[in-house]
Amino acid sequence: MSSERKQKAAQLRHLLETEGPLIGPKVSSKNRDRYAAAERFDAWDSTRDEARAIKEAAIADLPELLEQLRESVEANGGTVYVADDAADANRYVTELCDEQGAETLVKSKSMTTEELELNDALAAAGVDTYETDLGEFVIQLAEESPSHIVGPALHKSREEIADLLNATFEPDEPLETAEEMTRFARDYLGERIREADVGVTGANFVFAESGSMALVTNEGNARKCAVTPDTHVAVTGIEKILPSVDDFGPFVDLISKAATGQDISRYVSLFTPPVASPTLDFESDEPIEFGEATAERDDPDDDRAFHLVLVDNGRTELREDDQLRETLYCIRCGACSNSCANFQAVGGHGFGGETYSGGIATGWEAGVHGMDSAAEFNDLCTGCSRCVDACPVKIDIPWINTVVRDRLNRDADPDTFDHLVDGLSPDEEPSGLALDKRLFGNFERLAKLGSATAPVSNWLADAGPARAAMERVLGVDRRRDLPRFRRETLVDWFDDRGPRVAADDASREAVLYPDAYTNYVLVDRGKAAVRALEALDVRVHVPRVRSSGRAPLSQGMISTAEDHAHHVYAGLAEHIDAGRDVVVVEPSALAMFEREYERLLAPESADRLADASYEVMEYVYGLLENGGSPDALGSPPEAVAYHSHCQGRTLDLEPYTVAVLEACGATVRTSDVECCGMAGSFGYKESYYELSMDVGEELADQFAGEPVVAASGTSCQEQLDALLGGEVPHAVELIAP
Amino acid sequence: MTVTDDFLDALDDLDVSHDRTTLADLPATLADAVTDPAVGVPLHVDASLPGSVATTFTPSELQDAATGVTPARLGIAEYGSVVIRSSAGGDEPLSLYPERHVAVLDAADVVATGRDAVDWLASEVAAGRGSHVLATGASATADMGGLVEGVHGPNEVHVVLVEADTE
Repeated sequence: MSSERKQKAAQLRHLLETEGPLIGPKVSSKNRDRYAAAERFDAWDSTRDEARAIKEAAIADLPELLEQLRESVEANGGTVYVADDAADANRYVTELCDEQGAETLVKSKSMTTEELELNDALAAAGVDTYETDLGEFVIQLAEESPSHIVGPALHKSREEIADLLNATFEPDEPLETAEEMTRFARDYLGERIREADVGVTGANFVFAESGSMALVTNEGNARKCAVTPDTHVAVTGIEKILPSVDDFGPFVDLISKAATGQDISRYVSLFTPPVASPTLDFESDEPIEFGEATAERDDPDDDRAFHLVLVDNGRTELREDDQLRETLYCIRCGACSNSCANFQAVGGHGFGGETYSGGIATGWEAGVHGMDSAAEFNDLCTGCSRCVDACPVKIDIPWINTVVRDRLNRDADPDTFDHLVDGLSPDEEPSGLALDKRLFGNFERLAKLGSATAPVSNWLADAGPARAAMERVLGVDRRRDLPRFRRETLVDWFDDRGPRVAADDASREAVLYPDAYTNYVLVDRGKAAVRALEALDVRVHVPRVRSSGRAPLSQGMISTAEDHAHHVYAGLAEHIDAGRDVVVVEPSALAMFEREYERLLAPESADRLADASYEVMEYVYGLLENGGSPDALGSPPEAVAYHSHCQGRTLDLEPYTVAVLEACGATVRTSDVECCGMAGSFGYKESYYELSMDVGEELADQFAGEPVVAASGTSCQEQLDALLGGEVPHAVELIAP
Repeated sequence: MTVTDDFLDALDDLDVSHDRTTLADLPATLADAVTDPAVGVPLHVDASLPGSVATTFTPSELQDAATGVTPARLGIAEYGSVVIRSSAGGDEPLSLYPERHVAVLDAADVVATGRDAVDWLASEVAAGRGSHVLATGASATADMGGLVEGVHGPNEVHVVLVEADTE
């Protein structure tokens, strides 16, 4: 186990030093551009809902749409082939080339043909294949795989590309600038396109009613590949089918904004092949035979042939999988990659499987290549949920990662060291679960033990030999400070102290939810929250309620998390019935109530808890808006630098903290990184410690020299403590009297 | 702001140049807008291409042409896009192969939004005209280590907007 972890750490360290620094700034910039494009477009959210609904219905109706599409394409004069798997698809395309006596073939960018490894099959069949998208061209020359589903060569520097082109083509004048290289590639590939026998494209969308297809590109190569050779072969997954062109609107508005932050890509093509456009034989000296440009109908040019290859390759099974089905709604825009802090740090060669990369890749790889490929990188999803806001079709990508992690846990071999953590783990998980996952997944139990025996437990945990053993057996990196358990928990403190606002004087009553971190470790922020609420005349209760289940869920221990959810709901339901609000300090716990409990509780229960729950600063904001006076609160420092927790960002909580701090007289500067990199247990793990610190560096840079830094999540506080030195408080500690 | 103003603003944002002209002046406007050698698709509005724009040519002449003139069947104000129909008249290759694309657009054919354009596309598909491209600015790539315009498609786009003669 330990050597496996060290190997993983070494692989990631290598990417952090090599490809990460090249790909990171490019995807971060696309991510910022996506925010800006969404901001400029008024209907961003409602259009995402529309697109989501269209995809849901289309996948539900897929068998019928597939038949309708076949009929439409055939009526137009084309051919449809549904390929069961990669070998079947490759056989069809290579046989077609053979029948046509095709010697050369040009391709536009297609991740589906990467999935099929079509180029290898064509090479084996003796067909010269040229990738004409410049990024794919670079990857093909370098004999590498794409590091990003939209920008396949983002991991390469301009200098590396120049070296590659100069070594391959030995031009008279060595190529140097992006303009020179683009011009060279355009000329070289232009010739390949003009002489090619077959053009292969993907398809971003296919429309069943009319047999049309759409291609979204910037370079123009897909247009050329589709209309220059006589034979056009489009290869795409069966999940790309939409009912009709009427459904295209939301996707035109969304796809480019999500992918690259462009309002629209340079070319959004709608083809209904075979097209009417005249074929072009560049070896002929005869004038091109044009037809009528203003004809009533655009009937196919007689010389054209069109083949639509629809690839199943595991998609039908994905469609039948209730948990992973929404993978098929993916429109391959790459926004989940761009919004992901870990992806920004290592790129798709780290955060990716055989073909696909980024958050959604876990679903794709599990579906098309199998669990082994998904297992390679599934742990890199920390569940930070920033991709949830980024996804144009609102796929719950963290959930897909959690489900796959759960399934991987269940398939794991029983481990001989299980007994070491057995005492910690009255969980619902199979034997064989990785020890680090079992340890972190049972954090509440660990915290309870640690608190009961503090401070001795903290001294023991700090001792060198203990840390070495924890690293070796449990994979807890010895460079990371461990949480320091407090002897007196928040609940115990409050039990002794009791509420300070009499029921008759109270404006509201609230339960302060004692999540495991606030209860056992960061007790001071819990006390501060109680004082702040009481200062605004809230009668506070701090009941003994179980931890939210975030810790086990992030290890993929769904059954254990569900068990927590039932207990938490049982522990809070009566308070909610009594008209009490539920106030939560830890954003990752609130995110459980607001998002994941939907999947773990009866729908009505999940709704009731979610409706009653507030993040503590959101709640204070509400109290101030309803007549509470900031004068009742304490005075924060004049200037505060505030980092909002990733899941808190997804729940749009940041503005409340900023508003409350400002109402209390502070000026606030916020970070714009997606995640601090700690992400619960992630940054503790030996395999991921260095990646976690690397992600955190960007945040540390943004806050360098700030006198007061505050955060909202336990993880963010711990990470910033480590990066900046010194204690980083929760924002509520700055405003509590 | 009219939809035409929005459209022209969007063109400016894309660095797409434009002329505003009338049907009567269109041939002269086009003669000034093209760089030789120029090839063209017969227009969809009631005007002729200027003599300098060839309508009969070989594939290699297409490849070597400096300018391609085509009808634009629709303009989209929201995006500054022109919609090129892939007809038997060769609009698709002529708007794609030459370095400069000159698109002739009737001002009456400018719609406000992408959604309006998709509604129009759906009606075109239903009428048997099923292939169009929404072209927005010059072709571009960032794959070679920096943003470059003019890749496989044109590196210059010029829109000639034909407006009703108000005199």
